[in-house]
Amino acid sequence: MALDKSEVEKIAQLARLHISEADADEVASRITDILALIDQMQSINTETIEPMAHPLDVTQRLRVDTATEKDRRNELQTLAPAAQDGLYLVPKVIE
Amino acid sequence: MEWESVIGLEVHVSLSTKSKLFSGSASAFGAEPNTQANIFDLALPGTLPVFNAEALRMAVRFGLAIGAEIGKQSVFDRKNYFYPDLPKGYQITQLDFPTVGKGSLSVTLEDGTEKVIGVTRAHIEENAGKSLHEEFNEFSGIDLNRAGEPLLEIVSEPEITNAKEAVAYLKKLHSIVRYLDISDAIMAQGSMRCDVNVSIRPKNTTELGTRTEIKNINSFRFVEKAIYSEIRRQQEVIEDGGKIIQETRRYDSNKDITTPMRSKEVANDYRYFPEPDLLPIVIDDEYIAEIRAELPELPDAKKERFSKEYSLSNYDAGVLTATREMAEYFEEVAKGCGDPKLAANWVTGDLSALLNKNDLDISDSSIQAERLGNLLSRILDNTISGRIAKMVFETMIDDNDSVDSIIAKKGLKQVTDSGAIEKLVDEVIANNPDQVQQLKEGKDQVIGFLVGQAMRLSQGKANPGQVNQLLREKIMS
Amino acid sequence: MIEKTAAELSQALSSGELSSTELTQSYLDRISKHNRKLNAFITICEESALEQAKAADEKRATGDKSPLLGIPLAHKDIFCTKGVITSCGSHMLENFVAPYDATVVEKFKTAGAVMLGKTNMDEFAMGSSNETSFFGPVKNPWDLKRVPGGSSGGSAAAVAADLCVMATGTDTGGSIRQPAAFCGITGLKPSYGRVSRWGMIAFASSLDQAGTLSKSAEDAALMTNVMAGIDSKDSTSIDRPAEDYTATLNDSLDGLRIGIPKQHFAEGLSAKVEQAVREALKEYEKLGANITEVDLPNNHLSVSAYYVVAPAEASANLSRYDGVRYGHRCENPIDLEDMYKRTRSEGFGDEVKRRILIGTYALSAGYYDAYYKKAQKIRRLIKNDFIKAFEQVDVIVGPTSPHTAFGLGSKTDPVAMYLEDIYTIAVNLAGLPGISIPAGFANGLPIGMHIIGKDFGEGKLLNVAHQFQQQTDWHKRKPNFEPED
Repeated sequence: MALDKSEVEKIAQLARLHISEADADEVASRITDILALIDQMQSINTETIEPMAHPLDVTQRLRVDTATEKDRRNELQTLAPAAQDGLYLVPKVIE
Repeated sequence: MEWESVIGLEVHVSLSTKSKLFSGSASAFGAEPNTQANIFDLALPGTLPVFNAEALRMAVRFGLAIGAEIGKQSVFDRKNYFYPDLPKGYQITQLDFPTVGKGSLSVTLEDGTEKVIGVTRAHIEENAGKSLHEEFNEFSGIDLNRAGEPLLEIVSEPEITNAKEAVAYLKKLHSIVRYLDISDAIMAQGSMRCDVNVSIRPKNTTELGTRTEIKNINSFRFVEKAIYSEIRRQQEVIEDGGKIIQETRRYDSNKDITTPMRSKEVANDYRYFPEPDLLPIVIDDEYIAEIRAELPELPDAKKERFSKEYSLSNYDAGVLTATREMAEYFEEVAKGCGDPKLAANWVTGDLSALLNKNDLDISDSSIQAERLGNLLSRILDNTISGRIAKMVFETMIDDNDSVDSIIAKKGLKQVTDSGAIEKLVDEVIANNPDQVQQLKEGKDQVIGFLVGQAMRLSQGKANPGQVNQLLREKIMS
Repeated sequence: MIEKTAAELSQALSSGELSSTELTQSYLDRISKHNRKLNAFITICEESALEQAKAADEKRATGDKSPLLGIPLAHKDIFCTKGVITSCGSHMLENFVAPYDATVVEKFKTAGAVMLGKTNMDEFAMGSSNETSFFGPVKNPWDLKRVPGGSSGGSAAAVAADLCVMATGTDTGGSIRQPAAFCGITGLKPSYGRVSRWGMIAFASSLDQAGTLSKSAEDAALMTNVMAGIDSKDSTSIDRPAEDYTATLNDSLDGLRIGIPKQHFAEGLSAKVEQAVREALKEYEKLGANITEVDLPNNHLSVSAYYVVAPAEASANLSRYDGVRYGHRCENPIDLEDMYKRTRSEGFGDEVKRRILIGTYALSAGYYDAYYKKAQKIRRLIKNDFIKAFEQVDVIVGPTSPHTAFGLGSKTDPVAMYLEDIYTIAVNLAGLPGISIPAGFANGLPIGMHIIGKDFGEGKLLNVAHQFQQQTDWHKRKPNFEPED
């Protein structure tokens, strides 16, 4: 499946990536090549095959409901690009 | 043209676990910003989710309470979108295999009839954090305490036909989750939130119209008003020749209108796929049976029992079982005084009026069930009359003293001493010769007036039965 | 002594002829001398390494005989290390000081191993050559103009060049085994779920697995003894009793059934690599093994399926890098959208962005069934192929890579690069253990032999690898990258 520039833009928007006008063709053609590789899958019929989401055939363990974590806000917020009064700051969110 | 509306509700209930859905962070309400946001909640690289057993138990409890199919194998999925209050850039939720499948609940409509409303599914998912817009000029502040808290999203079938039904459904859900003790379900605090899907169509047609979704409504009253307002808007749009756009709207309670929200993504494409960090949750029959055995008596069953066991009207039984707290309160009063009928009258009457007036929950009542029971006992053992009891009740609101002390200290104890009553009766007979004569002539209703006079003289303390009896004896003999 | 294995050094430490402090200092000296050339380390922890070495020596003095006590190792920079920058080879996390230890890191700390530093890697483990690292490519010690393989190229080069005794790595599609092959060392990827992923920065969650890069299969066994085990913090770690992987190293291979997949000896395989692997098989025959051909009919689809599953999972795993709570944020964003897009476009390199786009596409509306679901079905077919093959054989043997290390900058086409992992990828899709061990040389470059085991059969793999290493000395050969003094 060939991907065009506008589709690349759409995906880039979903992924919150900026692709410059200059790079868009190059990116589209690279991805088209990769999709050609991927499309080899289509060569076989898998209608009756059960999808395998996970290599393990085991089930989820459950955690006992206790609050084990302590407040580490001050330490963890030293990692933040912008924080004030205990809050992480981002450009204004408009809903 | 006549229109009918089709309404579906998506209700998010915060499960009252001690820790978050996938991490050991505390999930208490009202903590300082980000003090309950730890490395997993902040989506630090390398962190992984581990599923909270209690959240599963609560979801299954709910499922059993509404007679739903329980997913023997439920699967978590990732729902992908970018938002600053969503640290991982995806929400862990359940798409194709929810823990709770199809169920239903019944609501009592205004005309007293019952309606069964289907629940499509209820799935477990993570809550997002909060964006605070006020404090910083060009910035928003992000508080992730709430991020990762367990939610149960309960999706109704589009079987609700008007705003009142929607509210009845919502109140019933509220009642059930509180009976089950799986959520505080306090709308004002966001532990219960409601999104409403509304569409309209010409009356008696079957094709569904385009629906809009009104997000995050935070009170029962606003749910009702928002639905009215949205139905009105849709009718106006269509009648003006316009078309309804499928979109997300918000309810502005000040202006009583719904307005479109700025869409989160140009076109939402959530790219769901199975969460690879978690494995399928497998539930066996034994687990389900264990939870079923622990289920409390639920509102419908309790209502039926109340009306049978206490000979209450359907209406009273409904009011008294609307919340678990109300039901428990009533039963304590009924047991305390031994007269369920009297208890029902007082709880649905004076007590409810008092709570409504002060906008209080029954659990916040200054008159605890035990005290009200004592008060009613004093009516039943003739210590005070019903009228005096109302005075004592008023006093009890602010006075925490025992019922007996209040009666004693205010001198309200009923006069049952026959000598004292005889004196009263003699005085009434002496003062009202005309009425005495009328009674003698067979005008029986005059007795009420004479008893009233005696009661007034005694300032309400005389035992009305005794007065009545003695008056008749003295006049008729 | 720097060329010795952990097993040998452990004895030396135990007998007192050597201290961890001396040993650690020797490696630190060697790193400072050669790392500029090789670019194998991103971070060197000189001070803390010496402190840990001192502590290990003190413990030894009290009679502690833990095998890895005082052994200097390196961690791939994908593992979170408390208080130490954990970059994952990315500008996005260039200054990210992890506030916690990965379970793997914690376990090596508990075992008393000394952490020399963090090794270079392809950005977010996405690459087969180590050329996608934000910190520049790692050089292959056997030929500095060639790649060391990837994504655990820094770890492989560091072990091969004796900059450490052993190193951790991660393998999503071949990222331990292929660099081990290119650098002439032993690289084990355990079964999915055998080692905790807590604290290991995710690339593709259902494929990622931590493993070992070492100088011998015996060392790999010592490392796996430390790393393996259930972890309550990782729901996908498996609850199995602890094994002592060293206990079975010397089991006889008499009667061992080795399967040779015809698909691994097909078109595209270099003649010299094939020859080396076939020679190695003769060694096994001498040890009493029986060799039969097995069929993995869907192997050719493994790369296709992988390039859906891995990018899809990665596209979600990498959404957290948004410039809000940690990591890179662009300068002066004008609004939220601008912050997201510039932060992510600046923070990620081209290959990472490419994979995010592929994954986003594969999951997007209308394509899910054709791509993601289809890939999951292929995954099942691939797993079934292995299950069938393992009904007939105990291990499957083939080449790790179609050829030896290629030149830096020689593969610019992503598709060609992806096909590098044609023999290793199916193992990840099926969740099986695999090991690459040195099996010869072509034009002075190491050749890797790939041994695939059954689910949780890493004990058998290590046994099979160790027995080969008792008969051959390919794994003892050393690169000469030091200029003449």
